[in-house]
Amino acid sequence: MDTKDVEIYLVFNALRNVPAPEQAELFLRKLQQCCTVFDFMDTLSDLKMKEYKRSTLNELVDYVTVSRGYLTEQAYPEVVKMVSYNIFRTLPPSDSNEFDPEEDEPTLEASWPHLQLVYEFFIRFLESQEFQPSIAKKYIDQKFVLQLLELFDSEDPRERDYLKTVLHRIYGKFLGLRAFIRKQINNIFLRFVYETEHFNGVAELLEILGSIINGFALPLKAEHKQFLVKVLIPLHTVRSLSLFHAQLAYCIVQFLEKDPALTEPVIRGLLKFWPKTCSQKEVMFLGELEEILDVIEPTQFVKIQEPLFKQISRCVSSPHFQVAERALYYWNNEYIMSLIEENSSVILPIMFASLYRISKEHWNPAIVALVYNVLKAFMEMNSTLFDELTATYKSDRQREKKKEKEREELWKKLEDLELKRGLRNDGIIPT
Amino acid sequence: EPGSSEDSAEPKMAGADGDDSLYPIAVLIDELRNEDVQLRLNSIKKLSTIALALGVERTRTELLPFLTDTIYDEDEVLLALAEQLGNFTMLVGGPEYVHCLLPPLESLATVEETVVRDKAVESLRKISQEHSPVDLEVHFEPLVKRLASGDWFTSRTSACGLFSVCYPRVSSTVKAEIRQHFRTLCSDDTPMVRRAAASKLGEFAKVLELDYVKSDIIPLFTALASDEQDSVRLLAVEACVSIATLLPQEDLETLVMPTLRQAAEDKSWRVRYMVADKFSELQKAVGPEITKNDLVPAFQNLLKDCEAEVRAAAANKVKEFCENLPEDGRETIIMTHILPCVKELVSDTNQHVKSALASVIMGLSTILGKDNTIEHLLPLFLAQLKDECPEVRLNIISNLDCVNEVIGIRQLSQSLLPAIVELAEDAKWRVRLAIIEYMPLLAGQLGVEFFDEKLNSLCMAWLVDHVYAIREAATCNLMKLVEKFGAEWAQNTIVPKVLGMANDPNYLHRMTTLFCINALSEACGQEITTKHMLPVVLKMSNDQVANVRFNVAKCLQKIGPVLDNNALQTEVKPVLEKLAADQDMDVKYFAQEAISVLALA
Repeated sequence: MDTKDVEIYLVFNALRNVPAPEQAELFLRKLQQCCTVFDFMDTLSDLKMKEYKRSTLNELVDYVTVSRGYLTEQAYPEVVKMVSYNIFRTLPPSDSNEFDPEEDEPTLEASWPHLQLVYEFFIRFLESQEFQPSIAKKYIDQKFVLQLLELFDSEDPRERDYLKTVLHRIYGKFLGLRAFIRKQINNIFLRFVYETEHFNGVAELLEILGSIINGFALPLKAEHKQFLVKVLIPLHTVRSLSLFHAQLAYCIVQFLEKDPALTEPVIRGLLKFWPKTCSQKEVMFLGELEEILDVIEPTQFVKIQEPLFKQISRCVSSPHFQVAERALYYWNNEYIMSLIEENSSVILPIMFASLYRISKEHWNPAIVALVYNVLKAFMEMNSTLFDELTATYKSDRQREKKKEKEREELWKKLEDLELKRGLRNDGIIPT
Repeated sequence: EPGSSEDSAEPKMAGADGDDSLYPIAVLIDELRNEDVQLRLNSIKKLSTIALALGVERTRTELLPFLTDTIYDEDEVLLALAEQLGNFTMLVGGPEYVHCLLPPLESLATVEETVVRDKAVESLRKISQEHSPVDLEVHFEPLVKRLASGDWFTSRTSACGLFSVCYPRVSSTVKAEIRQHFRTLCSDDTPMVRRAAASKLGEFAKVLELDYVKSDIIPLFTALASDEQDSVRLLAVEACVSIATLLPQEDLETLVMPTLRQAAEDKSWRVRYMVADKFSELQKAVGPEITKNDLVPAFQNLLKDCEAEVRAAAANKVKEFCENLPEDGRETIIMTHILPCVKELVSDTNQHVKSALASVIMGLSTILGKDNTIEHLLPLFLAQLKDECPEVRLNIISNLDCVNEVIGIRQLSQSLLPAIVELAEDAKWRVRLAIIEYMPLLAGQLGVEFFDEKLNSLCMAWLVDHVYAIREAATCNLMKLVEKFGAEWAQNTIVPKVLGMANDPNYLHRMTTLFCINALSEACGQEITTKHMLPVVLKMSNDQVANVRFNVAKCLQKIGPVLDNNALQTEVKPVLEKLAADQDMDVKYFAQEAISVLALA
């Protein structure tokens, strides 16, 4: 506790009860009072003082909302100080050892009765018509933003929601901080992907980024493209993807709408990180890919169709019926269908073997039915090619088998060689 | 034959076998390029075979350039590649050519995925040792410099792990450059790089000359320890251990202690946790005097920390800390400074804290001796034995041996018994399992009399537990008890009870009899096995449940070696033959197996 604690014991008049000229001074005093932070883990201590602070904060919220002419230059540092004293703290360790946001209930912030009002006050302050960024930037600086970003790891979703608004306002009003904010978000994401896989506020940060990306000027800067390829795409690899996938996919599509030339690196990136053992994630990837295909330009589609449909062909023949089903749904999408039709001579040969096999052996009758429809569609699109592929299906498989056998033989020879050399090096076979 | 006169330790070119065209590189490279990731991965894992087939020269001139150029693949493949290249020195022609491996490893050290990068760095560290001092300066050190000044954070992160391996073997000019690069990375813009540098600070300090430790490392250490990110600050705590070990005692106070004191009171619990977690190492590194003056109060604070996480980490270190205190004054320090905190922790609100304490607290008795233990520690042990959390009780029970040595277990037995009984009947089977595992130890400490009187019935009750894992552990427990108390004891106390279960209406219990016999026959010896156990087993061959019958066959196979030939031929053989003709397939199978193992055919 610091010296300002003394002040909290002085009960001031309500702001509205003092004459206007004295209000500015009293406002400052009340801000200083609210710097005192109480221990909410101890539910019995300082009850009166806690209540007094709560009502003072409420009063401050009202004051910045309706009053005019309250924002003297002296008020800025006091506001930022009061907010900092209250919200900046090292977040406590998670209660459950391995906090799983999908399963476990989040630990709610005990001091919320005060914290909420502080956030509320700060947002009203930032949104006030009298607010002048040119003065505030002396106090809302890089260090302030850095601490604010750390708070996004809070387990309490209510706090993250407020933080989202605060950060959004700061990004909007402080042009000088924008690049810094983006860079720090980068760092948070990279640590999340490559070091800890733990950060509670990823979805909220992505939501803010979604609107930031929306506002990027064209042509896109290299920095932004790098962010897309080196940060957003790797975010797909994280185990807890489902918690922020919607926001992530939104950001990706925003980028592609800005600059269609990014389609190829994005799809290649997704293919590189395609989930191999998690069907749930595979379904999410397929969903995102469909969103991308919805906005893809035909010229871009041609560039990427081969690797893309090789993957789709694998998905279609997935033994997990939800994956197969999700992939087969693409054929219900008119725009995608039109792209496939235009390029059927390339896509049909890639897809054919999987479809043909699955139509005979998938365990799930619904999938078999869907596959029949897809095969029928292909037949109608390009019957000559379809007949050709049907006719050569058997010999193609045999050729594959033969290749397989050749590979086995090659490796056997290589291994024999290694063995022989190993023996000779051990002096067993004389040279 | 060309090449045959060369040193045979060096792998030769494929030509040595007389057929150069046998393994054209194109075919091998096709394998490395296969569309199927799994096949690609398999090929990469056998990269050494491919290199062997190509011979050292073509490996250098064709395979390595190919690998360097085509490094864009799935991380799994890259990981395998990074690992392989660390063992490739002989395959490229020995240390003379080892620098050929640097280009592909350099690319791998810059990829995004951490596991790939770490593996590449590991391989680079490995092959750095195979470079001659000249090659190290000509090839290796420039690579480190390139990585250290890379654009993207990944290469700078990788560079951090390479400074210490080349520093000792290069000239003083190059050394100065390396120090400069390390300094730069310690104040890198990205926290990822600062974390990498902080985590290698201790390792780097170890290879530096003492003067440079003082002039270079200390300022870096101080800066990293007050970084804006707690994830960086906590890594500096780790480095603190190595740095303090390197410095002479008289410098510690000015160069290290201010930072360490600050870390112990850091506003982030993660940093304080790290201090608590490394406390024993720190204590050894700073020596007895500083420990007495500084670490004792710091340790007290950590034991009273407001975050349970920190208190638990500190509680874990209580015994080690006390043990490592300088002997003169140790008892006083413990009694006046540590014990009061420990007493508080016994009734902590957090069960992890209590259970961490319970796992070490018994160790204090050897340090404090008999009288102090009885007067001060015993009440704490007893309180913990009654704790509401089973893990706390278990931790006390599992460490009884320390107290046993000092005051004998009798002092505790009054309270021990209810605690054991309660754990033995805990609703969670894992708790029951844990206490069973301590039974043989307890039996040894408490003695046969106490055991027979109080614990025997528990051990028998576990045999009919409804969880298989408990019945299995109970069986194993009996075997250990017999090993401890002897065959005669077994015959008088447990064998009759075990054999009695052979008539139980529940077939699972009847099978438990067989499992017990499997476990006990050897420890009980031939006489008891033949006279008492065998008749029961043979009789069970008529059981109506097939599972019991095939377990009879398995049991006979198991106890066969304990029996004499006469019993085998006249008693076991006919029964096994009968079971071998059983109508149940499994019974037949196991009976036949037993016949063949016991050579009764």
